[in-house]
Amino acid sequence: MSHKVIVPIGPYHPMQEEPEFFQLYVEGEKVVDIDIIIGYNHRGIEKLAESKHYDQIAFLVERICGICSSSHPYAYVLAVEDLFGGEANIVPERALYIRTIIDELQRIHSHLLWLGLAGHFIGYNTVWMWAWKYREPVLDMFEMVTGNRNNYAMFKIGGVRRDIKDEDIPELKKMLDNLAPSIKMFYGAINDDPVIKARLKIAGTLTKEQAIDWCVVGPTARASGVNIDIRRDEPYGAFLMNTIDWNVVLEKDGDIFAKTMVRILEMEDSINIINQALNKMPKGEIDANVKDVPPGEGIGRVEAPRGECIHYIKSDGTNRPVRHKIRAPSFMNVASDKVAAVGGTISDATLTLAAVDPCYCCTERVAVINKADNKKIMNGWDLVRLSQEKTNKIKEGWPNGRPE
Amino acid sequence: MNMRDKIKDGLGNKIKVWDERSARRIYFTVEPNDVYKSVEFIFKGLGLRFSTASGIDLPEGFEMLYHFSFDKAGEVYSLRALIKDKKRPEIDSIAPIFRGAEWVEREIWEMLGINFKGHPNLKRLLLAEDWPEGEFPLRRKNES
Repeated sequence: MSHKVIVPIGPYHPMQEEPEFFQLYVEGEKVVDIDIIIGYNHRGIEKLAESKHYDQIAFLVERICGICSSSHPYAYVLAVEDLFGGEANIVPERALYIRTIIDELQRIHSHLLWLGLAGHFIGYNTVWMWAWKYREPVLDMFEMVTGNRNNYAMFKIGGVRRDIKDEDIPELKKMLDNLAPSIKMFYGAINDDPVIKARLKIAGTLTKEQAIDWCVVGPTARASGVNIDIRRDEPYGAFLMNTIDWNVVLEKDGDIFAKTMVRILEMEDSINIINQALNKMPKGEIDANVKDVPPGEGIGRVEAPRGECIHYIKSDGTNRPVRHKIRAPSFMNVASDKVAAVGGTISDATLTLAAVDPCYCCTERVAVINKADNKKIMNGWDLVRLSQEKTNKIKEGWPNGRPE
Repeated sequence: MNMRDKIKDGLGNKIKVWDERSARRIYFTVEPNDVYKSVEFIFKGLGLRFSTASGIDLPEGFEMLYHFSFDKAGEVYSLRALIKDKKRPEIDSIAPIFRGAEWVEREIWEMLGINFKGHPNLKRLLLAEDWPEGEFPLRRKNES
């Protein structure tokens, strides 16, 4: 007799940017198959973009995602600027630096958000509270630079909309200096903790071959040893000038621990990048005042916190695009859960599905349903509790919380 | 040999149009029947990463664009194929070559109604279950 049970995870929560519905097929504790159903939040933005003029679309695509809300407008303006022969061709140098500062600030706040939730899922609520506490000053920096904590409205074709005031720079640097030690602390706390290691080391593994087969991007790919980062491979913004000293973070194990490490180390890098950009930013114009968009095709790519975000624009020379294709990084990453979660246990599933950094709220609406009678046996909090209990079990098994 | 020459060399006379827009943007056209073999060569043979694919409804047919990223040089190679049959558009699926194409093709199938022959699991991805059959949101039937 088969004991296969379906565990639905998802789909919808008004606060998340990408609602997903995961249907886990489990036998006992083990996940044997997974169905991923998306589309609950499909708003037809590609079609809508065809009816907006070029200046409006930057605002439209900013609303695709509330967490990486600079990646989409950035990829979009790069796609349009590709029609002018590339960003370097028309955008003033100061604007290039400002673009990178916004983009890297966003990476820090997005990774901190992820880290907090990952901590919560494994029962480390201190990590959760701390990560979100240190995310606050990052949002404050956004407010100083752009006037908004989210949806910054900074990007426009040919430049940026607001300048960074000289008198703000010392304050921004001070805030960054205060942030750096806390990121280091997270690195130490997670790297030295045997329980976290035991919990994350073997779960949700995506091998390099699988990562290539599923075409995953960003930290999900880099944690599996796939050496890609658009910031280095096809430089944009301040990276065009070759004045920024930084490294691509690479891990090879492909498990959740590797994904965590990649994100933490990337935050350290981002702080360095912003500091260097603030130092090296020249004086001058911030906008090229582009009037007409020429006909043709353009592709723009940026390294969003979750990986390569790519926009394609086909223009016929009017003030609206003929086609606007958008591919967000999670589109490729979420699909790979199909291999990362299968073979693991239910208690690891919430974490594995979350490890690619889709949106998190989806996993709050979790239910375990017995296939035979459709009876709900667990809800979302039960699953999080299950995950936290597993961590506690590891702790209890070790006297003094350390392996013998 | 750089990547351009490798692709030109490997695909030979399959390439009908070769268009280098800029240093990092290369577009080339093949016949729809050659797409599967070309993609297999580019992905498996040359190891380029598949970024995404997109379809466009044009007056002369449905145009498919497959974007491949050569990350070592930061170049994007876009393979173009025009499906001329607007009544029953179909093309070989590339999902049997690598799993990453599965969702991308499912999206194009439901949005534009292009049938991907040989796709392992061609079902709706984004549209609601009660969305009417045969209605394709990205087709331009209402515009002249």
